[in-house]
Amino acid sequence: MHALEKIMAHHAGVAEVCTGEIVNCLVDTAGINDIYLQVVHSFTEINGKRVKYPDNVLVFMDHYAPASSVRQAENQKAFRDFCREQSIAGLMDVHEGVCHQVLADRGYSKPGSLIVVTDSHTTTHGAFGAFGTGVGATDLACILKTGMLWFRVPEIVRINLVGELQEGVSAKDVILHMIGDLGADYAVYRGVEFAGAAIAKMTIAQRMTICNMCTEFGAKVTYIQPDEVTFAHLAEVGADTYTVYETDKGYSYWAEHTYDISTIGPQIAAPASVDNVSDISRYLGVLVQQAYLGSCTGGRLEDLAVAAEILKGRQVHKDTRMLVVPASRQVLMNAMERGYMQTLVAAGATFVTPSCAACLGTHEGLIASGETCISAANRNFPGRMGHREGKIYLASPAVVAASALEGRIADPVPYMRKEGGQE
Amino acid sequence: MNLKLAGNMYLFGDNIDTDQIYPGFYLELTSPAEIAVHCMEGADSDFATHFHPGGVVVAGINFGCGSSREHAAITLKSAGVAAVIAKSFARIFYRNGINLGLPLVVCPAIDEIAGAGECIEIDLARGVAENCSTGKVAAIETISGYAMKILAAGGIKPLMMEEDGE
Repeated sequence: MHALEKIMAHHAGVAEVCTGEIVNCLVDTAGINDIYLQVVHSFTEINGKRVKYPDNVLVFMDHYAPASSVRQAENQKAFRDFCREQSIAGLMDVHEGVCHQVLADRGYSKPGSLIVVTDSHTTTHGAFGAFGTGVGATDLACILKTGMLWFRVPEIVRINLVGELQEGVSAKDVILHMIGDLGADYAVYRGVEFAGAAIAKMTIAQRMTICNMCTEFGAKVTYIQPDEVTFAHLAEVGADTYTVYETDKGYSYWAEHTYDISTIGPQIAAPASVDNVSDISRYLGVLVQQAYLGSCTGGRLEDLAVAAEILKGRQVHKDTRMLVVPASRQVLMNAMERGYMQTLVAAGATFVTPSCAACLGTHEGLIASGETCISAANRNFPGRMGHREGKIYLASPAVVAASALEGRIADPVPYMRKEGGQE
Repeated sequence: MNLKLAGNMYLFGDNIDTDQIYPGFYLELTSPAEIAVHCMEGADSDFATHFHPGGVVVAGINFGCGSSREHAAITLKSAGVAAVIAKSFARIFYRNGINLGLPLVVCPAIDEIAGAGECIEIDLARGVAENCSTGKVAAIETISGYAMKILAAGGIKPLMMEEDGE
């Protein structure tokens, strides 16, 4: 069995599972986002009275944090009432940040854990050797009622990453390149495991970015075998109870791919599909009115660090507004401690409190018709960040920062300060 | 449930994501009637006004990709879409649709029989879709196992109520 299958088997209380089988699994952590009050409605509609395992439930006020309309405020109020009535202590209110980063910061993302959130980017948690997957509101309501959910055991793809990241190139470029190569529907219903020497060298933040965006080629779940990098992170966040599973020798993968990441340069996913990916050279010079640095894909400490490195002592272009949205309160505090936020704000960036913000086009920095946004987030669908006639180009945090400086899509490499070089 | 469905076709392309099916700007709405008003608005801003209930949405690959929002399935169901027939569906949308009792039909050769405004008849039992205007037919994948059990019960909610009663 694959490690993911062992996690499923353990949570289904059976010795073995096989590909294609439907299994009913106990959910360790069930997360609900504030945009889906339908969860509470569905819970009532299935005759839910008491949440079966309230200690396993987290409610995240992250998509509307803080509320920007009365309707949003009413929905959040209803969620707070629900938490109170159902003795759900895990209410992550508007100050905490985006669910996936909060789960990581607080040690919920850990090996062997089965995590289900009403957010498609729950694939992120494979970075920790967890089984993480997104579902809709009614599926989540079923978990509230029974503590369990049914899953089909997926076929699993292995992607080996070898080589070294080049200067100015990040994990975001690697995953954009793979999505461009394999297509937006390549991994629908599949699990995706990442392995290889390049993965072993990646930080937790880089692994999270790669696993996060796997939902953009349809993946159900991702996996990276926990290693010293994982264990160091877990010790740092105080997660000390977990089970590490390993894939049996001879497990038969649905497909295997190998990428040499040394050959990948800065990438751009042009409008309006995440697999419309090319090298940056094709789009250099495209004017941008907004630069968005944030989200569960591109709002981590390392992302803010590279942007601060590029923008230090410089100014955002006069025709471009740059939004900086740390992914969580913890990320914001760390970024302030290291001076990144001060550098970015001094450079003319607009600070937005930890949340999903403009990534999903609901508030805090929508784009107008005819405007273009260069974004460190994960989706460039028509209308995703505001007007349908607006355009979104997806790129790494470094490209976003360099583009904010120049007011047009720009290569970050000239702005990277070489070690020991001049400031 | 009725294993035979028929309706007029409304055509869309590949990779129709849930932001196009239901734009994020309206996620704060919670009642099905309000949600229905914005059906497919991100792909065709006039869809809700010219759509006739009972119609069938026809699409290419990866219909429903992107966000997990159940609003995407709710808006189609509440607007009166009888079924969605596509070359393939994204995973979370597929679960959401089936959970709501919305038939989602996989038809790899849909291009060969699709025609805007023409009638399509879908026979889930026989595994065939037919353009009733031209008589052209294409094979569909049968819905099986637990997904069919949910669909046959009219959705996961009635199914859970049934199981509750047992």
